[in-house]
Amino acid sequence: MTSWRLVARAYSAINSGIRFPHAYCTSVALSGHRSFSTGTAVRKDFFKDVESHIKEFQEKASAAMPGSGWHPMHLTPGLPPERTDILIVGGGVVGWSIAYWLKKKEMIRDGVRVLVVEKDPTYSQASTVLSAGGIRQQFSLPENIHLSLASADFMRNINDHLSVLNDDPIDLQFNHSGYLFLASEKGAEIMEENYKTQRYAGAKVTLLSPTQLKDKFPWLNTDEVVLASYGLENEGWFDPWTLLNAFRRKAMSMGVFQCFGEVTGFKYKTHSIMTLDGDLVDLKRIRYVNVRMPNSLEYQPVECAIVVNAAGASAGKVAKLAGIGAGPEHTIGAIPVPVEPRKRFIYVLHCPDGPGLDTPFMIDYSGVYFRREGLGGNYITGMSPEEEEEPETTDLEVDHEFFQEKIWPHLANRVPAFEKLKVTSAWAGYYDYNTFDQNGILGLHPLVNNMYFATGFSGHGLQQSPAAGRALAELILDGDFKTLDLSALGFQRIFSNQPTLERNIV
Amino acid sequence: MALLMLMQSRGCVWTCLTVIRRNLSSSSALLAPPKPNSKLTFFLCQRFHDVEQMISWSSWLKSWTLRRKNVYYSYTQSEYGDNIAAAFYILSMKGGFRFAGQSDWFRTNYRGKFSWDFVNFPDVPIEEVDMSRTLINYSGLNNLVSQQGLRSLSLRGCPEVDDWFLSRLHIYQDTLEKLDLSHCPRITIGGLASLHHLRKLRRLELSSLPQLQSPGLVRILLEEVLPHCNISGVDYREGLTETNTHIDKQTDSEITQLTEEHTHTQGPHRQTLTQ
Repeated sequence: MTSWRLVARAYSAINSGIRFPHAYCTSVALSGHRSFSTGTAVRKDFFKDVESHIKEFQEKASAAMPGSGWHPMHLTPGLPPERTDILIVGGGVVGWSIAYWLKKKEMIRDGVRVLVVEKDPTYSQASTVLSAGGIRQQFSLPENIHLSLASADFMRNINDHLSVLNDDPIDLQFNHSGYLFLASEKGAEIMEENYKTQRYAGAKVTLLSPTQLKDKFPWLNTDEVVLASYGLENEGWFDPWTLLNAFRRKAMSMGVFQCFGEVTGFKYKTHSIMTLDGDLVDLKRIRYVNVRMPNSLEYQPVECAIVVNAAGASAGKVAKLAGIGAGPEHTIGAIPVPVEPRKRFIYVLHCPDGPGLDTPFMIDYSGVYFRREGLGGNYITGMSPEEEEEPETTDLEVDHEFFQEKIWPHLANRVPAFEKLKVTSAWAGYYDYNTFDQNGILGLHPLVNNMYFATGFSGHGLQQSPAAGRALAELILDGDFKTLDLSALGFQRIFSNQPTLERNIV
Repeated sequence: MALLMLMQSRGCVWTCLTVIRRNLSSSSALLAPPKPNSKLTFFLCQRFHDVEQMISWSSWLKSWTLRRKNVYYSYTQSEYGDNIAAAFYILSMKGGFRFAGQSDWFRTNYRGKFSWDFVNFPDVPIEEVDMSRTLINYSGLNNLVSQQGLRSLSLRGCPEVDDWFLSRLHIYQDTLEKLDLSHCPRITIGGLASLHHLRKLRRLELSSLPQLQSPGLVRILLEEVLPHCNISGVDYREGLTETNTHIDKQTDSEITQLTEEHTHTQGPHRQTLTQ
């Protein structure tokens, strides 16, 4: 009897063994089970190679039967899993930070299944890597100061948070040079007010008079400067790519799924409810997200419970896909997400006689900023154009006239050494510009009740990403902000038309 | 079978743990050649989840110990005052210090024991601190912030002193005259750039900083911003000869470098300064 059982078992094992590769490849490739180790395989792993074997087989088959469109075992590599708990749209630094914090906060292993969808596999147009990489605490809004302080704290202990076992320690290449804001007669009062807010929030900032300024930075022309504020600690610049990659590696080692594809649409359910005023409002709930593969028309609907919109500059577009802002006029359903891409130029200068090692990230009251880049007498500079002179955002072409006409006069006026310089290169990147009040939008959309937003940071998303990711993960998993109260950055202000303005926008 | 494997691997685990701990302890491991045992550890980590877990626990334990040692001595501070708390912290970390107006140094003996005589001077500020070869880090500096009369600080061979630590030294900008940063494995140019706050600095020792690229150039740039400071331990030529070959490469691939990686170019342009 027992021997018969053994034989039967062996038979079924052989049977399943024969069918195994096929069953395995569909379940692996589509639902995405994989090992959590980021290192390379030690041994030749049969199961890891299944996919490539099948591809090889397909090629052989198509060579044997030319002209036939039929494929045995059709398989697209890199498809997202069919279902997930939380889908994060946008694999920039904010998206990966949210993914990391969601995994960090989950109570049990694989408690939440997180998928990050990024449309640009090379990050060639990602705002994260095209930014100037600064971090500062000199904001006017306490929420921004706290976000930035918490992020600086995170970066200080980055190896405790983001180091992956058996990997090199993370080196952010942080330059502790501080930010220097200059104020003219007009802005001095506001600067003093901001200084008080910043000190109260715990930022190490100091005010300098023009004489102190000249004493500290002899290369600076202090004409018409009435007051300056200078950050002493936690301010400077770092390498954005390292931070992004550190978040990505750590999150993936914790089990986050990554997928390159573009979100092209949402399938949602709509319920109509009556407000207290008697208006009918459509409440939506997203069921499926359509993710289209890069360079193909194939798409995969991903069933998910929660969508996080961290798409940065294209967050407004993604929100429109979910039907936000398409409601009847004069109701709250007609209010769109006020985030749009704005193009910003950064120019690389070479000036051997320029300011030296003590160069801070300097921001003139005219809006021109510059900072040192390396030790070879290179600097990068830029400026936000006037509202009516915003450049087209269709491509990332650089307008060199803009430097000649707008930036250089201010720059040479402020630092006389910059009268002789050479523009060695330039690039452009997108701001996720919040047209409503230039502050981040963090929170749940009231009309699409499973879409969270973490966008609209208007150029300081990179520096606030670690704390913003933590805040959003708390909002999703705990239902409320726990460490930092950021409810002022929610959607309430947009619907009630009460902007929480930030005055220190660069 | 699993039991057998566990038995086999158990012997290795302890050796692995020590190896990994050593590897994680400093970022200079980047430069050091891989240890013979690390390949084995890597293999075991890949194969056994428990080994991986144990190693991550051990590194957690190490960072926890570090945090505990550098905690703010608030109880001592509230009972005995700032100076005693700072002195107690220094001696607990096996460092040494000298009170203002005294010539004797308070130090620990080779077993880490020290005499409690310093409790008799609660009102005397500390003037010189020698924290060489201790585990002081950024948060440990909290204990020394109160010593606003500090004139000399030695951080020779401190594995946990990093750029964030240096960026916080601006609190001594009006007093600090002597700073020794030699043999600190984690210091880079990003932290040294913040030393321009220390206007009173007269002597700065920068020898043997493994993470610092082109130290000669850094010395020149530091002398520019600290004109009264005597910087020792670095030769002007150091790190300049080898960058010669990178000049062409840099100009060619500058755009891609800057847009993609923001790589910090390390000074071949300033080379003319020394010649």
